[in-house]
Amino acid sequence: MPVTPELLREVALTEDEYRRAVELLGREPNLVELGMIGALWSEHCGYKHSRPLLRRLPTSGPQVVQGPGENAGAVDLGDGLVVVLKIESHNHPSAVEPFQGAATGVGGIVRDIFAMGARPIALADSLRFGPLEESRQQYLYHGVVGGIGWYGNCLGIPTVAGDVFFLPEYRQNPLVNAMCVGIAERSALVRARASGPGNLVVLVGADTGRDGIHGATFASVEDPERSHRGVVQVGNPFLEKLLLEACLEVLQTGAVVAMQDLGAAGLTSASAELAARGGTGIELDVAAVPRRETGMTPYEVMLSESQERMLLVVRPEGLERVLEIFRHWELPAVVIGRVTDGGMLRVLDAGSLVAELPVRLLTEACPTYIREAIESEAIRARRAFDLETVPDLSANDVLRALLTLLHSPNIASRRPIYRTYDHTILTNTVLLPGQGDAAVLRVKGHRFGIALKTDCNPRYCLLEPRLGAQHAVAEATRNVSCVGAEPLAITDCLNFGNPERPEVYYELVQAIEGMAEACTVLGVPVVSGNVSLYNETEGRSIPPTPVVGVVGKLNDVRRHVGLGFTGEGKVFLLGPQNATLGASEYLAQLHGIVAGAPPELDLELERRVQALVREAIQRGIALAAHDCSEGGLVVALAESCIVGGIGGRFRVDELVAVNGRLDRTLFGEAGSRIIVQVAPSAEGAVLTLAHAYGVPICELGHTGGDRFIVEGIVDCPLDDLAAIWRDGLRAE
Amino acid sequence: MRFGIVTFPGSNGDHDALMAVRLGLGQPAELVWHTETDLSNYDCIVIPGGFSYGDYLRAGAIARFAPVMQAVAREAEAGKPVLGICNGFQILTEAHLLPGALLRNASLEFVCDWVWVRVEQTRTPWTTQLAPGTLLRLPIAHGEGRYYVDEKTLAELERAGQIVFRYVDAKGNATPEANPNGSVANIAGVCNVRGNVVGLMPHPERAFDRLIGGDDGLQILASVLAVGLEVVRGRGGH
Repeated sequence: MPVTPELLREVALTEDEYRRAVELLGREPNLVELGMIGALWSEHCGYKHSRPLLRRLPTSGPQVVQGPGENAGAVDLGDGLVVVLKIESHNHPSAVEPFQGAATGVGGIVRDIFAMGARPIALADSLRFGPLEESRQQYLYHGVVGGIGWYGNCLGIPTVAGDVFFLPEYRQNPLVNAMCVGIAERSALVRARASGPGNLVVLVGADTGRDGIHGATFASVEDPERSHRGVVQVGNPFLEKLLLEACLEVLQTGAVVAMQDLGAAGLTSASAELAARGGTGIELDVAAVPRRETGMTPYEVMLSESQERMLLVVRPEGLERVLEIFRHWELPAVVIGRVTDGGMLRVLDAGSLVAELPVRLLTEACPTYIREAIESEAIRARRAFDLETVPDLSANDVLRALLTLLHSPNIASRRPIYRTYDHTILTNTVLLPGQGDAAVLRVKGHRFGIALKTDCNPRYCLLEPRLGAQHAVAEATRNVSCVGAEPLAITDCLNFGNPERPEVYYELVQAIEGMAEACTVLGVPVVSGNVSLYNETEGRSIPPTPVVGVVGKLNDVRRHVGLGFTGEGKVFLLGPQNATLGASEYLAQLHGIVAGAPPELDLELERRVQALVREAIQRGIALAAHDCSEGGLVVALAESCIVGGIGGRFRVDELVAVNGRLDRTLFGEAGSRIIVQVAPSAEGAVLTLAHAYGVPICELGHTGGDRFIVEGIVDCPLDDLAAIWRDGLRAE
Repeated sequence: MRFGIVTFPGSNGDHDALMAVRLGLGQPAELVWHTETDLSNYDCIVIPGGFSYGDYLRAGAIARFAPVMQAVAREAEAGKPVLGICNGFQILTEAHLLPGALLRNASLEFVCDWVWVRVEQTRTPWTTQLAPGTLLRLPIAHGEGRYYVDEKTLAELERAGQIVFRYVDAKGNATPEANPNGSVANIAGVCNVRGNVVGLMPHPERAFDRLIGGDDGLQILASVLAVGLEVVRGRGGH
C-alpha cells in the first residue's frame, strides 16, 4: 500500500510514528490497521504528551479502591460501598456543535460510570466560554447548557454542581468538561479486563453508523471549527437510559467478566483496552456489527464513534441470560467476537482477516514525547505587572465596584443555568445548586453523604500555571470542606493548547507539578481523569485549565451547612488577612487588566483551614460557611447575605490596616480564606478552635436586618444587591 | 395498600415513586413494565415522570399506545385511584383519561425548581385527607408543563370541580409570577369528572423527606391510604 503524506495526515501520524509502527509490526500496516494505529496513537487515546507527566500525580491512599487506568476511579465510602468518579472533556465537538457536543459529553461520562457497575447519581459540569456579551458566545453558551440539560434530564441523573468562567481566551475554544459520580457495592465493581480466552465479546446498544469517524484524531489537532465539522456525534439519551438500566441488570447475572464503554476510537479503542488490561487478545468480526448505514467498510466500523454502545465480555454459559435481559430492554445485542490467547487484536470481515495487530502495539507501544518547556515571555511580563500603579478605590466608589462585580458573569448567580438542569431527581439532593459551596447528596439507607464540586480559576493558571493548579485543587477541596465534607479524591481534566509549542508544554508541566504538590499536602489522590490538548486556534491557546473535580464524604449527612447566612449570628474570616489584586476579578472587571501575580498559597495552612471548618460544622459551631474567592471578601459577604436572605453589618478597619489599600481589602483575592457564621453562643468556641488549628481569625461583624452594611463604606438595601447578582447571567 | 408504578422505556421517575411509597409511606409498591396487561392486583396506580419513548413526537404521545395503558384505562373506569406525575400527567392527557394538553413551557426552557401549589379540590382520593386551600411545597422539573385547555373547557373544569392544584406564591395567591410555565389559570393538576384519576406536573414523590427539602408530597400520597382503608373495609363486609 502506498503511504502518502496525505494519508498519514488523515490518520494523524507523523512519518516517524509511521516508521515506528512498521518497525514494531515487522511489515507495513494495511489501511484498516493504519487507521486503528492512528486513532490509538492520537493524543486523545494515547496520551502521548501527558503520560510521562501524569506519573507525577499521587494516585494512592487508603481510601482508593480503583486508581487511574480503568473506565473511572473508585474510593471507599464504608458500609461496603464505593463512590465512582470521572471527568471528561468534550471541548472540540462542543466548539463545532455546542448542543450535541455537550450532550454526547454527558452521555460518554455516564457510560464510564456504569461500565464500572456503579449507578450514576450525580453530574457536574465545568464550562468555559468567551465574553458572554458576544453573540457567538451566547450561541455556544446556550447550546452547551441546553445540551447538558437535555441529555442529563432525559437520563434522570441530577446535575447538581459545576463551575463556569468567561474569558476572552476561550472565544474559539470553549471548554466542556463533564463529571459523573456513581455509587456501587465495593464487591460488585466491574473492571474492563478481557480475561478467559473463549469468553464472548458482546456489542450492545445503538447500531453503528459513520458518525464520529476520526473523532479521536479530531480531538488531537487544532482549530476544531475549521477542520472537522461533520464528525460530531448525535446523542440519544433515551437509548442511553435503556442501556444504563440493562447494563446494571446484566451485571447481576454474574456472567459478565468485563464491560467497556465505546467512546473515542470506538470499537478499536474499546477492544484494545479490554485486551490490554486483561493481558489477552480479542478477535472480532465486523460483519456481525449491526449497522445503521449500508456499505460501511471494516475501517469505518472499527473507527465509528456512534454513541450509546457498550462492549461486554460474557461467559458462554451465561450468554442467553444476558441476551434475554437486553431483549427485555429492547436493545440490540450481538456476539461480535471472542477473547483469545496470544495478545493479538484480530479483525475479520465475514471470516476473512482484515487487520491483525498486537494489542501492545496499539496501547503500550504508543510513542510518548517529552518536549522543550519554556515559559512565555509575555506571560512572565504580565505577571510582573506593578499592581501599585493601579489607583486605589475611594470609599464613594465602593458600591459601584461591588455592583459591577456582583453582576459579572464570573460571579453572578448561576441560577439561570442550574434551573434548566433537573437537580432533584433520584431524591438524594440535600443541598441544591446555589445553596452551598458544593452539592450535598445523601446515600439512601446510610448515615453518610457525599459532596462534590468542580473548580479552576483560569486567570490564576494563565498567569502562573503551577500556582494556579495548586489553587484549583485548594479551592475545589475547600468548597467541599465548606459544606462539612472531607475531600476523598480528585478527578482531573487537563485542558491545554498545543503541547508541541514550548510555552504550552511549560504550562502543562507546571500545572501537573502544582497539582501533584497540592494533592500531596492536602491528602487527596487523583483517581481518574482526562487530558484535552490542542485547544487552540490560529496559534492562540486557551489559558491552562486544569479542572479539578472533587468528591468528599460527610460522616453524617445531616451535619452540613450552606453558604447562606441563617438568622442572627457573628461572622468571622478564617485564613490570611492580606489579599492581592493580582489576577483578580476586580482588576479585570474594574480596570480591564488581567495581570499581576496570583495570590500566594500556603498549602499547609490550606489543610488546617479546611480541617478547622469541617470540625466547626461537625460540632454545630458554624451555621454557614463560604469560600472567599473571586471578587474577594465583600463579594463573599454579599453572596452569603443574598443566599441567606438576611442583611448584615460588617467592619473592615482591621483588615484595611493590614492591606493598606481599600481595593485590596475589599476585593483583593487570597487562598485559604473562608467566611463562617457562628451562633452568638459559639463565639468562644470558634476562637478556641482557630487557635488550636493555628489559623488566623478575624471578626467581621454580625448578620441581621435587611441592609448590607460595611461600616463607613457601604450601606444599601440587600434587595438591590440581590437583584443585580441574580441578573448577571441573564442580561447578556 | 399496594401501589403499582407503571414503567415505560424512558421513565425515570419510577424509582423515586417506588422510594417515596416504600420509604416515605411504608407501603408495598412494585414497578410494572409497559407490556403488562393486568393491573387488578394493585390498589392504586402511579404513572411516574420521565421521557417515555424519548418524548418522540410529543411527550406521552407514544406511551398512550402501550399495552399497559389499556389496563390503566380499565382500572380508571372501575374507579381505582390513578395518579399521573409529570410525564405521567402528559400520558394521561394523551390517553384522554384527563382533559387538556401540556405544551412547552412559556419560557421554552426546561425548569427545575421548588414551587408552592394550593389544593383546590379535595374530592379526589389523592387529596381527600387535605383541607381545601392547603399549601404544599413541591419540586417541578419539566420542559412541557404548560397546561392548556380552551376557555369553554376551562369553565367546564371549574364547574365540575376538576381543577385539583394551582401554582401559587408563598402566601397562597395564584399570581402570574408564581406560574412557572405559563399554564392556563395557574393550573398545576386536574382530575377526571369522577375524580379518581389525577394528574399533576409537580413531583410529590420527590418530596417525601425533609432531608431532601421537604415532605409535603407525602400528604398527597398518604391521602390515598384512606381510600385504601375503605376498600379493605368494603372487602371485609362481603
